[in-house]
Amino acid sequence: MASDTLAHEHDVAHTNEGGSWKGGSEPFKASYGKLMMWYFLLSDAFTFAGFLIAYGTLRFSVPTWPVPDFVFSTFPGGFHHKPLLFVTVMTFILLASSFTMVRAVQEGHRENQGGVVKWMLWTIIGGIAFLGCQAWEWNTLMGVEHMTIKQNPFGTHTESGVYLMGDGHDIKEGDKFVAGQSYLIHQHDGAFAPLQYKVTEGPNAGMVKEQQMGPKAFGALFFFITGFHGFHVLSGVAFLIIICLNSATGLYIKRKNGYEMVEKIGLYWHFVDLVWVFVFLCFYLL
Amino acid sequence: MSHLSYEQSKSLATKTIIILAVITVAEVLFALLGKGYIVEGLHFPLFLMGSVMIVMSIVKAYLIIYEFMHMKYEVPGLVKTVLLPTLLLVWAVIAFLSEGNYWNTSRSAVKNDVKIELSDTSKK
Repeated sequence: MASDTLAHEHDVAHTNEGGSWKGGSEPFKASYGKLMMWYFLLSDAFTFAGFLIAYGTLRFSVPTWPVPDFVFSTFPGGFHHKPLLFVTVMTFILLASSFTMVRAVQEGHRENQGGVVKWMLWTIIGGIAFLGCQAWEWNTLMGVEHMTIKQNPFGTHTESGVYLMGDGHDIKEGDKFVAGQSYLIHQHDGAFAPLQYKVTEGPNAGMVKEQQMGPKAFGALFFFITGFHGFHVLSGVAFLIIICLNSATGLYIKRKNGYEMVEKIGLYWHFVDLVWVFVFLCFYLL
Repeated sequence: MSHLSYEQSKSLATKTIIILAVITVAEVLFALLGKGYIVEGLHFPLFLMGSVMIVMSIVKAYLIIYEFMHMKYEVPGLVKTVLLPTLLLVWAVIAFLSEGNYWNTSRSAVKNDVKIELSDTSKK
């Protein structure tokens, strides 16, 4: 029995260059680089999961949370009240770049250099477009709406009521609102100007109150999680450019391994898209 | 490696991206529908919204991992070593969300007590 196993192992070692103990075998029929890319992505998935679980925990720990389709409702060109439209566009850009990446890998498998370079260039353009969108989104949140990692002007009403003053933007004096509705506290002359309102329902009916800033953690979580994802996109674009240049100069033709490098960066790029599915779910849909 | 011909895998990729795009649009429309943006006054319960969104996202994740990342064509050992550890996250999500919920209830209990004291002192 034991000698059988040994003989078998000996055969396997023979079929691989250098033998098992010299790194010749390919466990799981995947090359070292590809296998390690999978394990790197697994560990990265845990990092992102840690972030998103922290988001969920903090969100559950406070009575109110900014409503996403109120917070993310601006669109380039001065459009407002377009809930989730812009992030849907961003999602589509990333999905499209994932598709072009699949095409680049497929062209690599049949050793078609022109095809690989063409589809990788499209992927790079998609990645840069996504980063551009994210830059616009961040700029709107920080520059126009004054949300930072330390302050969050997006609050949510816990009681129904009526506004006693307007803010010169969307809210006018006498506007009614219900519990669960989110609002944005605008800045006037560099300071936040919360509006006063009268509670109309519940045990506090008749009381005059002032808008409160939203949960502080929202800003920090948003910028850290989308920032960490954006950093992955940025480094992905950098690696895509390097590998695209290497493909264009013919480096991978010599290796004769079906452009495996393109396949590996492809795995990473799809993972970035995969993470976005869950960032999109936690921040924008739920 | 894939046993499909070049043409087959090309059409499979096109099919997958179309399904992914359709699910994304469905998610966004469902989110807006459930919150009363499309039909005035229509609101779905949060539990329904959450579970439908999570299921649709998991379908998207499956398509990306199995079709785009070619997990479908890897040997079972590789699939298990990569996917099984992520099951730990199921525990983590349940444990941490219930912990967050506990913070919320205990925090609101404390807040109510303080409120009574504050309303006395604020009249000075």
